[in-house]
Amino acid sequence: MMLDNLLAPLRHLGHSTINAVWKLGVMSRFLLAIIAHSGQSLLRFQLTIREVYFAGVLSLIIIVVSGLFVGMVLGLQGYNTLSRFGSADALGALVALSLLRELGPVLAALLFASRSGSAMTAEIGLMKATEQLEAMSVMAVDPIARVVAPRFWAGVISMPILAALFNVMGIFGGYLVGVVMIGLDEGTFWSQMQNNVDLHFDVINGLIKSLFFGIAVTLIAVFEGFDATPTAAGVSSATTRTVVTSALVILALDFVLTAFMF
Amino acid sequence: MKRSIIDLWVGIFVAIGLASVTFLALKVANLTPQSNNNSYTLIAEFDNIGGLKVKAPVKSSGVVVGRVSNIELDTQRYVARATLTLDGQYHFSRDTSAEILTAGLLGEQYVGLVQGGEEENLKPGDRLQLTSSALVLEQLIGKFMTSFAEGNNKAAAADAAAAETAP
Repeated sequence: MMLDNLLAPLRHLGHSTINAVWKLGVMSRFLLAIIAHSGQSLLRFQLTIREVYFAGVLSLIIIVVSGLFVGMVLGLQGYNTLSRFGSADALGALVALSLLRELGPVLAALLFASRSGSAMTAEIGLMKATEQLEAMSVMAVDPIARVVAPRFWAGVISMPILAALFNVMGIFGGYLVGVVMIGLDEGTFWSQMQNNVDLHFDVINGLIKSLFFGIAVTLIAVFEGFDATPTAAGVSSATTRTVVTSALVILALDFVLTAFMF
Repeated sequence: MKRSIIDLWVGIFVAIGLASVTFLALKVANLTPQSNNNSYTLIAEFDNIGGLKVKAPVKSSGVVVGRVSNIELDTQRYVARATLTLDGQYHFSRDTSAEILTAGLLGEQYVGLVQGGEEENLKPGDRLQLTSSALVLEQLIGKFMTSFAEGNNKAAAADAAAAETAP
């Protein structure tokens, strides 16, 4: 009895470890299943386009507004710090590099996960709870091919576009604060940026990052929806899990990708 | 939601994405010097390059005329060999000198070229004959300290001599 109480935490640890590994394995097989079943969503591209509208187009507002404000804050804070060292000229480079390398891909992915990822999970989870997925199977329509794969590809397509737009809006915000509001020289702002930003090293690597984030976030979103307990409480906790897991995975993946790229 | 409206919006969305990437490539990143195939290289050897880095600008009279494309150590003579990739439209005479300068007090280091007087121009792959190294702050302070100490010694000696002759 005493021994049992002592071993309980260890057993708990072992249980959650096995669960985590098991879930990782199921998720990898799910990704392979999506890729194997994506023929239909690529041939009948209309399905994917519809999902791009819901995942990407409807996220435009939040991406534009947050990008603009992040860039403006970067401009203000960067100016305050840089002017202490007498190098306020480098503001353009600072804003562009921090956005392109880190903030653009990461923040766009976090916003995308909370705006579109959660919606995907809730939608698929609710389809499962109301037995629409089973009904599809009965009608010999594969739910992975018809429901999951189009959403997955829509997320993968939308994410780099949203990240690029976030970068552009952020740089515009930095320009607004640096040049229009504070009054730095416009030519210096852009030329410092152009001298310090490299197309392959900074721009392309940032977009590759956002592509990885797109795959990760959408995979988590559709998996959690597909895996949800088919009850109201189950769908709600699956949606929460999507946002939390996506955020953690984005940040962890960002560290790994940064270590490899830069 | 009608299908044609969705198509239109997704089209706008993708167009915005393409426009953003183009803007980032053209306006934010520098596409010009490396991709320009109309360029040639020169070699400059320095005793000490200080903090010069690959991709640092090469300037003449303050105008950027190229970039440092490679830096390596010549293991025969132990000098730093910098490869300068210059824009094809700029030519320099054979006795052009290169020096490593610093932009501002603590700014980045760059290579400055000063045009010489000879008629003949440098050809691609040529070596610049006249180079002067980067100013290394520690060495500068070291020199200053020695000369300062010497000055002090001299002054002390003069004082002592004056004190001896005075009484």
